[in-house]
Amino acid sequence: MIRIDCPQCGVRDYTEFTYGGDATLQRPTSDCDDQIIWHDYVYQRENPRGLLRELWQHSQGCRCWLEVERNTVTHDIQSVQLASGGSVSGGTR
Amino acid sequence: MIEQPYRLPTGGLIDRSQSVDFVYNETYYKGHPGDTLASALMANGEHVIARSFKYHRPRGVFSAGPEEPSALLTVGYGPRREPNTQATVQPLYQGLVSSSQNCWPSPRFDLGAVNSLISPFLSAGFYYKTFMWPGLKGWMQYEKIIRKAAGMGEASRAPDPDRYEKSQGFCDVLVVGAGPAGLMAASAAALSGARVWLVDEQLRMGGQLNRETYLIDGMPATEWVANKVQALEQNPRVKLLTNATVFGAYDSQTLGIVERCGADAFQPDTRQRLWLLRTAQVVLATGSIERPLVFSNNDRPGVMQANAVRAYNNQYGVRCGHKTLVFTNNNSAYRTAIDLANSGQTVTAVVDSRKQVEPTLLAQLAELGIRHIGGSAVQDVRGKLSIKEAQLISSDGSQLGESIECDCIALSGGWSPNVQLHSMVGSKPLFSEEHSAFVPGEMPAEYHSAGACTGSFALQDCLSQGAAIGTEAAVSAGFSGMEQTVPSGGEDTLPATEALWQVAKGKGKQFVDLQHDVAASDIELAHLEGYQSVEHLKRYTTLGMAGDQGRSSNVNALALMAQLREEPIAAVGTTTFRPPLSPVALGVFGGLDRGQHYRPYRRSAMQAWHDARGAVLQEVGLWRRAQYYPVGGESIDEAYQRETAQVRAKVGIVDVSSLGKIQINGPDSPEFLNRLYVNNWLKLPIGKARYGVMLREDGIALDDGTTSRWGEHDFLMTTTTANAGPVMTHMEHLLQVVWPELRVRVSSVTEHWAGMAVAGPLSRETLQGCVTDLDLSNEAFPFMAVGEGKIDNVPVRVLRISFSGEMAYEVYAPADYGQGVWEAIVRAGEIHDIVPYGTETLGALRIEKGHVTGAELDGRVTLGDVGMLGMANPKKDFIGRVLMNREGILDPKRPQLTGLKSVNPEEPLQAGAILVNTPEMAAGVDKLGHVSSITYSPEVGGNIGLGFLRDAAERRGERIFAAYPLRDKIVEVEICDPCFVDASGGRMRD
Repeated sequence: MIRIDCPQCGVRDYTEFTYGGDATLQRPTSDCDDQIIWHDYVYQRENPRGLLRELWQHSQGCRCWLEVERNTVTHDIQSVQLASGGSVSGGTR
Repeated sequence: MIEQPYRLPTGGLIDRSQSVDFVYNETYYKGHPGDTLASALMANGEHVIARSFKYHRPRGVFSAGPEEPSALLTVGYGPRREPNTQATVQPLYQGLVSSSQNCWPSPRFDLGAVNSLISPFLSAGFYYKTFMWPGLKGWMQYEKIIRKAAGMGEASRAPDPDRYEKSQGFCDVLVVGAGPAGLMAASAAALSGARVWLVDEQLRMGGQLNRETYLIDGMPATEWVANKVQALEQNPRVKLLTNATVFGAYDSQTLGIVERCGADAFQPDTRQRLWLLRTAQVVLATGSIERPLVFSNNDRPGVMQANAVRAYNNQYGVRCGHKTLVFTNNNSAYRTAIDLANSGQTVTAVVDSRKQVEPTLLAQLAELGIRHIGGSAVQDVRGKLSIKEAQLISSDGSQLGESIECDCIALSGGWSPNVQLHSMVGSKPLFSEEHSAFVPGEMPAEYHSAGACTGSFALQDCLSQGAAIGTEAAVSAGFSGMEQTVPSGGEDTLPATEALWQVAKGKGKQFVDLQHDVAASDIELAHLEGYQSVEHLKRYTTLGMAGDQGRSSNVNALALMAQLREEPIAAVGTTTFRPPLSPVALGVFGGLDRGQHYRPYRRSAMQAWHDARGAVLQEVGLWRRAQYYPVGGESIDEAYQRETAQVRAKVGIVDVSSLGKIQINGPDSPEFLNRLYVNNWLKLPIGKARYGVMLREDGIALDDGTTSRWGEHDFLMTTTTANAGPVMTHMEHLLQVVWPELRVRVSSVTEHWAGMAVAGPLSRETLQGCVTDLDLSNEAFPFMAVGEGKIDNVPVRVLRISFSGEMAYEVYAPADYGQGVWEAIVRAGEIHDIVPYGTETLGALRIEKGHVTGAELDGRVTLGDVGMLGMANPKKDFIGRVLMNREGILDPKRPQLTGLKSVNPEEPLQAGAILVNTPEMAAGVDKLGHVSSITYSPEVGGNIGLGFLRDAAERRGERIFAAYPLRDKIVEVEICDPCFVDASGGRMRD
């Protein structure tokens, strides 16, 4: 059972979260009309062995989207932060 | 008959002052509290209690623990009947009912034993080879019969009447196993201030100490255990679980534990509890088990682990025979001979395959008058239901020895550390030549092991290692370690095992896996046929795949394969262990989440009204929506056709609370909506609603609905019932991940608003009869207007939007007031003959109008497919803007939304039917599209539907066929406009 340290709620079982895939993807800018670039953004994914930055939503908690740095081999989690880049309101818990 | 003829006159950790009555094969027996079912059966002289899996060979008790491969019984009756229960771990309780399985009529005389006669044919892979003819179909036929003949007990087919629970646990240090190492580790960790859980599989803590005659700090080991346990019990930071199995170790130090809440299968309260324990550190003190030796007929009742014979003598006060022969390749079995002799039992000889034995042991045997035969092995056993004599052979197999009379053979092939849990957290076991066994390899930092499971077999080592590791775990968990004093366990003899993997063959099979009847010859055959890797060996012979997970057989099998491959055992390797460690009842995973608790209902605020009105309910996701309201024995068709006609003629009301509702706030809300929906949102005025469609980034339609503006920064979105969750997640993703700079907040308010739609030509008059503080005249409140008013003094939101195509309003009230508001509207509508309608009519009305919903927007449909391409504004950025223009998505040959009408109006259509040009159904027929929604339309006076059809617009008026081959139905249909009523939309606007 992977446990994720949600910056908002504390350490919770991964079953409270929904997986959101690769966090390093950048949505093409609004003036980009190149279908190839959009295709790659929507469909192309790396499947790395080792550290991966990925998105998880705390769907059964604070509903925050989190950026989680996870080792795909050992499932060790190196870091967790809000995907919005913001900090938890009211300081840290 | 003498009661309990095999019970020793004294000794054991049983309560002789009380007796326990139990039933075995329809006969009453007596045992004592503290007995297991196995010890009680043996005390009563029942030594043949099972038949083996494949050959139906008679079997008795082999072990005294969870490694038991043979003594499997069915315990309980009726719905509580549980097959394949290990008698060696089943605590005895008053009224226990047990029976043998896999035999008929009895385990002593079993007709299935005819399999033994054909045993030369039942070798590894036999079924695969024999029953494949004539090809795969053959196997499918034979399989049914074979499955019936094989297998063990039969599970009850009735629902499990017992209660199971799931609990969450948290601690700093978990100690698995309460033997000497585990007890010391738990004490040390607790002393350091950690919250400790100590979990043991047995009813009684102490592990191996309960079976031995050791002294610890000068007192009997069992007394030392009792003191230790008492001290731990009094520590509020320590939780002790007995009769509980740690069956799985998972990521982030999460462990699964199944706790059997009592000895009794008939617990009035909870029978078993599943613990999901999260801990910082884990100490595995899982001990070791004794391996059997491989010789002919080593499965006969009476052939047992030496340590089990010792356990029955020391812990249960039961003799396993009258003349016991000990056969060993190490020192530990000498303790069995000595303990038996000290209890007054007869030990005929100690047969040791080693030539060199410690003189002190020999002296002890001599003192007790026990014969010692060195450099020898048991080659074969005579006797079938019980042992008559053992045939010896020199351990190198060169010279046949004497036959020795005996009725019990206590054997020890060395000790195998229990490394299953270690293996589950990724530690690859290493083969140790010193112990002739696998020991734990490198483990994650949070896992530690202590005691016999590391290969430290001497008592003193277990005690000191346990103390040290317990402190280490507490320190790793962030506590300052406190030194625990280590008691004196005295001198102990190390096993000094000399491997003897297989004795020279005698006349019978040499069993390796007793539970699955896998013999040494099967391993040889597997090797011969090329199944030489351990993974292949396992699957080809089914070795280690039984309920005991090969606990007693794995190492021997690997050693035999290594010999055949002429490689060291380390090179052969071992298979990976996976949860569960031992079988776990499925009920405990379900826990209390049964029946309605598995999937709770979502109830609308008006549910009580629907129920009182006799509405037939329909499951829609978790919701139970009113499907129709039958009057006077109406059928579903009669009811919804009446409701539909009434709405078009007068007025009706429907519960739409299940629609997703999302509140959107913040100054950038218009910009956000503009990027989310394909159409324009920047200029929606306050007090107006707009219809919108949103796409996925890949250009496919995600959902549709209306969003209304209530203030400068205040919007309310509705989604379809099915997509409420996904749309919310989509919006949160966009706002937090993609455009965090947008100043927008979204919240789900589906539960907060009760929703109802009032539709029909008299809907305005109806609402005017109950709504105050809001002018509903057409001029003041035109189509797509929204505003706040009151009904019965309850503030409500009114939206003039229409799903039915009639003049219609949606009214949203705070959920707690939902039913009151609904009732007020119904009262106001009574003079207009208002009718409540359900999802059937809701569907009929929107199909007549050609409005799409989830059945059409099914995740494959594009804007163009539903004729809404013109809605999109290509000049702005919105989700899906670029990829909706992909070649395949814009293909004009894609099926388009169409209306369909049965040529014979009485003939109903079928949703999911395929649209074809000809009535002949044949493979390769040109599929032109499909039917997505169907209804009977009172307005049209016939059966109609919506669907998707290639070239739909060009073919309007033509006749084609809707085919449903699964039900052998073909309906001729006319292609028509998807809007069947009021194409100009005048009804909803005027």
